[in-house]
Amino acid sequence: MEKLVQLTMSGVANGAIFALVALGFVLIYKSSDVINFAQGELLLIGAYLTYMTVEQIGLWWPAGVVVAVLLAAVVGVLIETLVLRPLIGEPAISVIMVTIGLSSLLRAIVGAIWGVTPRPAPQFLPRDTMTIFGASVGVDKIWAIFLALVLFALLTLFFRFSREGIAMRAVADDQQAALSMGISVKRVWAVAWAIAAVTAAVGGILLMSIFGGVSGSIARVGLLVFPVVILGGLDSIPGAIIGGLIIGLLQSYAGGYLPPDLGMGEVVPFIILLLILLVRPYGLFGQRFIERV
Amino acid sequence: MQSGTFHTTYAADMALRPYWPQRLRIALVLVAVLVFPWFADRYWLSLANTIAIAAIGAIGLNILVGYTGQISIGQGGFLAVGAFSAGLMAARLDMPMWITVPIASLFTAVVGAFFGLPSLRLKGLYLAIATLAAQEIITWVLTHGKLLGIGESLSIPRETSNIFGISMTAIGNPDFAFYWVTVGSLILTVLFVSNLFRSRVGRAFVAIRDQDIAAQVIGVDLFRYKLLAFATSSFFAGLAGALTAHYRGIISWERFTIDTSILYLAMIIIGGLGSVSGSIYGAAFITLLPALLSNLARLLSGAVPQINSYLPYMQQGAFGLAIILFLIFEPEGIVKMWRNVKDYFRLWPFSY
Repeated sequence: MEKLVQLTMSGVANGAIFALVALGFVLIYKSSDVINFAQGELLLIGAYLTYMTVEQIGLWWPAGVVVAVLLAAVVGVLIETLVLRPLIGEPAISVIMVTIGLSSLLRAIVGAIWGVTPRPAPQFLPRDTMTIFGASVGVDKIWAIFLALVLFALLTLFFRFSREGIAMRAVADDQQAALSMGISVKRVWAVAWAIAAVTAAVGGILLMSIFGGVSGSIARVGLLVFPVVILGGLDSIPGAIIGGLIIGLLQSYAGGYLPPDLGMGEVVPFIILLLILLVRPYGLFGQRFIERV
Repeated sequence: MQSGTFHTTYAADMALRPYWPQRLRIALVLVAVLVFPWFADRYWLSLANTIAIAAIGAIGLNILVGYTGQISIGQGGFLAVGAFSAGLMAARLDMPMWITVPIASLFTAVVGAFFGLPSLRLKGLYLAIATLAAQEIITWVLTHGKLLGIGESLSIPRETSNIFGISMTAIGNPDFAFYWVTVGSLILTVLFVSNLFRSRVGRAFVAIRDQDIAAQVIGVDLFRYKLLAFATSSFFAGLAGALTAHYRGIISWERFTIDTSILYLAMIIIGGLGSVSGSIYGAAFITLLPALLSNLARLLSGAVPQINSYLPYMQQGAFGLAIILFLIFEPEGIVKMWRNVKDYFRLWPFSY
C-alpha cells in the first residue's frame, strides 16, 4: 500500500509534467501540422534559462522563473519564424527533419553555454515529505501536480475566452476558413510555438526541481511525448492530459513493480505506443481521419 | 559535348548510364577508387571505410524513405540488429565474416519486415512514430542484453574477419584490406539498387511513394510491396551493421541509438531523397563534417586555445545547422546542387 501510494504520486507528478509537455506538442500539431521533435530541447532550454536567471544572475526566484519563461516564449517564436515558416507546404519528412536538426542545434547551443556536467538546481519547491495513507511523499511532487493543474486551468480559460485563444481554435479547426475570416494564421502559429515553449519551460523547471539538478537528461523526456500524444490522440488536448497521466502512472508502476534490472520503465511507454498504433492509431480521443491503406 | 538523345537501339535506350559523359565520370571515379588506397594513410583509409559503410546504410534507408515514401526513424535499430547478429555469430560460433555478413543481412531483412508490419495501417507521421518505438525497443533489448549474452560491449575475434580463409589482418594494415570489402560491398549495393528501380518491384515502390491509392488501383499490392521495401531497406542496414561489427572489432549499443537513426536520415536528406548517388554524397558529407571541424579546431587551437572544449558542441551544432539550412535552401540536397553545376556547363553559354 505504501509503495502503491508512493508510486502513484510520483507517477501522477511525472504524468502531469508529461501532460504539460505534450500539451505544447499537440498545440503545434493542431495549428500547423508540425510534429515537433525538438520538444525535449524546449524543456532543456526552460530549465537552463531558469538556472541562469536564478543561480547565475541571482534574481529572486519567482522573478527569475517569470523572466526565464518569457525568454523561452521568445525562443519559441524565433524558432517558428526563422525555421518553420520557410518550410510551409513542404512534405512531412522535411518538416520532421527540420525539427530534428533544430533539436541537435539547440542541444549544441545549450551545451556550449552551460556544458554537459549536471549542475545543482535552484531549490524553490520545498524538499520535505508529508504522509499520505501512511506513505511518505515528497511535497515537491504535490507542488508539481498543483502547478501543472494551475497552468492547465489558465490555458483552458485562454482558449475559451481570449481573442487569441479563439483564433487558435479556429485555425486548428479549419485553416482556410480561419484565413478567410481575417485571422492571421502566421500569428497563430507563432503564438502556438510560444505557448508550447512556455509549457515545456514550466515542465523543464518542475523536472529540474524534482531531479534536483539540471543536465542534458531532461531532454530525454521529450521522446516520451510521443507515447503520450499517440495514446491520447495527436490532435486532442484532453487526450494529452489523460495520456500524460496514464503514461506517467504506467511508467512508474512498471519501474517500481517489475524487476528493476530490466529497466522496464524506459521501454514500457514505447511498447504501449506500438500497441496503440496497431490497434487504435488515432488514440483515445483523436479524430479518426487517418487515411487507411 | 552531348547535345541530345540519339539512341537507335532499345539496348542503348535502356542502358543504366546511356551517355558518354556519364560513363566517363564513372570511369574516372572507379579509377580514383582503385588508386586511392595505395596512396592514402590509415586515417584517410579509415574515413573511406566509414563513408563506404555509412553509404550502404544510407542507400538502404533511401530505398525506404526516398523511394517508397515510408519515413523511418529506426535505421539505427536495424543497423544494431545486423551488427549484433553478425557479432554474436562470429564471437560465439567462430563463423567467418563471409558467412556472418550475408546471414546477418538476411536476418535484419526479416526483422525489418516485422517492424514494417504497422505500415499496413499507418503512414506518414504515424509510421515515423512507430519506427521510433521500434528503435527504442531494439535499444532496450540491447542495453538489457543479458538475455543475449552481451555485456556493455561485444568484441568480435579478429580471426573471424576473413574471406574464404584470407585474413583481413594478413597484409598488416586491416584498414587497407577492409577498404576492398567495404568499397566492394558499396559498389555491389549501388549496382543492385540502381537496377532495382528499373524493375517491376522498384517501380512499384516509387508508385507507392507518389500516390499510394493510385498505385493500389493499378494493381500494386500495397502491403506486400511495403513489407518488401522494409525488408530490402533493412537488408542493407544489416549489411552496413555487420560490416561495422567486423571492421570495428568491438561494438556496443551506444553506436546504434536514435542519434544514429537521425544521422542516417540527415545523410539522405542532405544528399538527396530518392537518389543512390545522393546517399553516397550525404554519407560522405555527414562523415567528413565532424572530421573537418576537428581538423579545423586543431589548426585554430594555437590562436584560440579554448576551442577544443567547444568542439563537440560545434560538431553537433554544425550537424543541426546543416540539416536546417539544406531543408530551407536546397531541399533536394547535394544531388541537386551537383546537377545544377552539370546543367550550367551543359547549357553554357546559353543557360536559358
